[in-house]
Amino acid sequence: MPQGLVDEPTEEDKLHLAAGRRQNQAVDDAPYDPMGHRHVVPRHRYVGARGMAPLILTSYTIVSALGRGLDETYRALQNRRSGLRLCDFEDVGITTYIGRVDGVEDMSVGGGSASTELKQFDCRNNRLALLGLQQDGFIQAVIEARERYGAHRVAVILGSSTSGILETEHAYCRRDPATGALPSSYLTSHRYTQNMFSSAHFVRAYLGLRGPAMVISTACSSSAKAFATAARFIEAGFCDAAVVGGVDSLCLTILYGFASLELMSSGPCRPCDENRNGLTLGESAGFALLEKSKQASRPGAVALLGYGESCDGYHMSHPHPEGTGAIRAMEAALRRSALTAGDIDYIHLHGTATRANDRIEDTAVHSVFGPSTLCSSTKGWTGHTLGAAGVTGAIIAAMCLTRSFVPGTLNTTRIDPDLSSHVLLENLEQPVRRVLSNSFGFGGNNCSLILGTV
Amino acid sequence: MELYVNGIGILGPGLAGWDESRLVLASESPSWEPAMPEPSASLLPANEQRRSSETVRWALHVAQEAMRQAEVDAREVASVFASSEGETGVLDRLCTALAAPQRTISPTLFHHSVHNAASGYWGIATGSQQSSTVLACYDSSFCAAFLEAAAYAHTDERPVLLVAYDLPLPPPLYAARPLGGGFAAALLLTRAPGPHNLAQLDLTLSNDLSEEATIMDDAGLETLRTGNQAAQSLPLLAAIARQCDTLVLLEYLEDQHLLIRVAPC
Repeated sequence: MPQGLVDEPTEEDKLHLAAGRRQNQAVDDAPYDPMGHRHVVPRHRYVGARGMAPLILTSYTIVSALGRGLDETYRALQNRRSGLRLCDFEDVGITTYIGRVDGVEDMSVGGGSASTELKQFDCRNNRLALLGLQQDGFIQAVIEARERYGAHRVAVILGSSTSGILETEHAYCRRDPATGALPSSYLTSHRYTQNMFSSAHFVRAYLGLRGPAMVISTACSSSAKAFATAARFIEAGFCDAAVVGGVDSLCLTILYGFASLELMSSGPCRPCDENRNGLTLGESAGFALLEKSKQASRPGAVALLGYGESCDGYHMSHPHPEGTGAIRAMEAALRRSALTAGDIDYIHLHGTATRANDRIEDTAVHSVFGPSTLCSSTKGWTGHTLGAAGVTGAIIAAMCLTRSFVPGTLNTTRIDPDLSSHVLLENLEQPVRRVLSNSFGFGGNNCSLILGTV
Repeated sequence: MELYVNGIGILGPGLAGWDESRLVLASESPSWEPAMPEPSASLLPANEQRRSSETVRWALHVAQEAMRQAEVDAREVASVFASSEGETGVLDRLCTALAAPQRTISPTLFHHSVHNAASGYWGIATGSQQSSTVLACYDSSFCAAFLEAAAYAHTDERPVLLVAYDLPLPPPLYAARPLGGGFAAALLLTRAPGPHNLAQLDLTLSNDLSEEATIMDDAGLETLRTGNQAAQSLPLLAAIARQCDTLVLLEYLEDQHLLIRVAPC
């Protein structure tokens, strides 16, 4: 029998099945085989989601509408100060709130002594990335890792959904009226701004790294999946450490796009509220340096314990009505971390505050964790930062672990009585050992991360 | 790192499908007419075929071809999709609309703009709920995807479908990124031998840049290879087509090489 295929469930599988999880149910119940392989019966079940060795987050940081770095973010969470404001982005004429990061307009990637190579990356998205890199001693930590392992052995794996699209939006407003041509300055900057690889290209060049690099772009799960790919690369021996995270910045496409889908609230979003009426868009950049635990471990260090990835296979912009994809992602993360649902102290919800998303995530969370595990959404503080939502959730999870607190849900006054999970409104001060953070994106792309202390 | 190729899909100028293309790629002096093929993507329901972009149809066409050869249940297969430029036709329409005073964009156009549109449609068409990674790494997108697919196959011990694709950009964007092709390629990779092995691969990621990257002997195929990240797969596909032991060297960014030893099965 080929390696990697098993006929019978392993002991570990049996344990999980006994715990009542609905593993693989959706697949087994799938009604048809569009590939036309009606004779192919899935005799084997692939093992999937093996356990992983914890990976330490040696250094990590976040910039969002809440502020720059961990301390400002923590203070805003603790004081329940939202980063959302009435939309004041460019000349956007939509009645809504946004989570804009102050000062991005006034900075430049190519400022000071930056090389010509770095100057060409200047755009809102890379400015926000640079602002992120500059917080919490992150750059110094990466330099030390670079010296420890060698520049070739440190990967850069980031997530983004819209990269530097704002530059293209601006360039289209400056097309030659006669020929329709884009301005010549755009033609040379396209690669360094609009292109989806731009943020990882910039971060890799800025930090002087020469290892594997890529940008993962699976809409709102992008930067959560960056952690998963980095974990795979470290396990496969392609690198020893990885700069992971992601960045997404405000642009016209997402503001007018979400408005066209009628998924945007006119006020600050109210996740899980019975009267919630849509999401609020934001922007953020977050980074973590991931390393194997035996090199980097110290008591109390924050580690990535598990990850789970899945797809809905259902619809481009609407989640699977029973949340089967989300359930798969959470179960795979538990399996990989060798934890059970009862081991999770807190769930950081994707919690976008649209009617359907919160309801379906609740169904999925309740199905895996039951009614008592604490969960909340922090979108009322930061807004939905799309491709950077995954890393934003991961960094907030890390802060819960190190600062012994659980954020509630901001702007929400009455929890939707139709929700059955334990949604927390008020903040709690209590020790937290393990957090699961959810990210679900367009195209039905899901990723759950589990972080804990070692 | 050992891998097996269980199925291949290919679509490019003069390269319409693996059966036809492997003769071209195995030949020392191929007779090669760069006629542009049409993708079928027949696994999409008719209404989705109409709504989906050309980029999505190219990606799904090769994905479908590789899966058909491998005879593996698509619902058991994880996927890695790689595109440098993504949905540029949609991008052009969105930016044109946003440059107009009303800034009216259609909701369908917006949700088709995501870089993972092809992956999303693949999930919808097959019902697969397995992991799907969608990535970009400029001209090294195929190489980055190969690493991701190999790492996934090894850590999760699940078949992985790698799909790399890019089409020429519409005007006026074409002037900013004059991509050649279009080109799309798909490889179904497994850690262990499958029922229809086309080749055994042994992958090493190397910092040794002393050796030159493998090129295509035919001038037309070489132009295709250098003009489109997805066509960077051509030296690997040619080695598989020739069915003899070959070492293929692919350039990954400017700093690393993928060394892939290709052995016939």
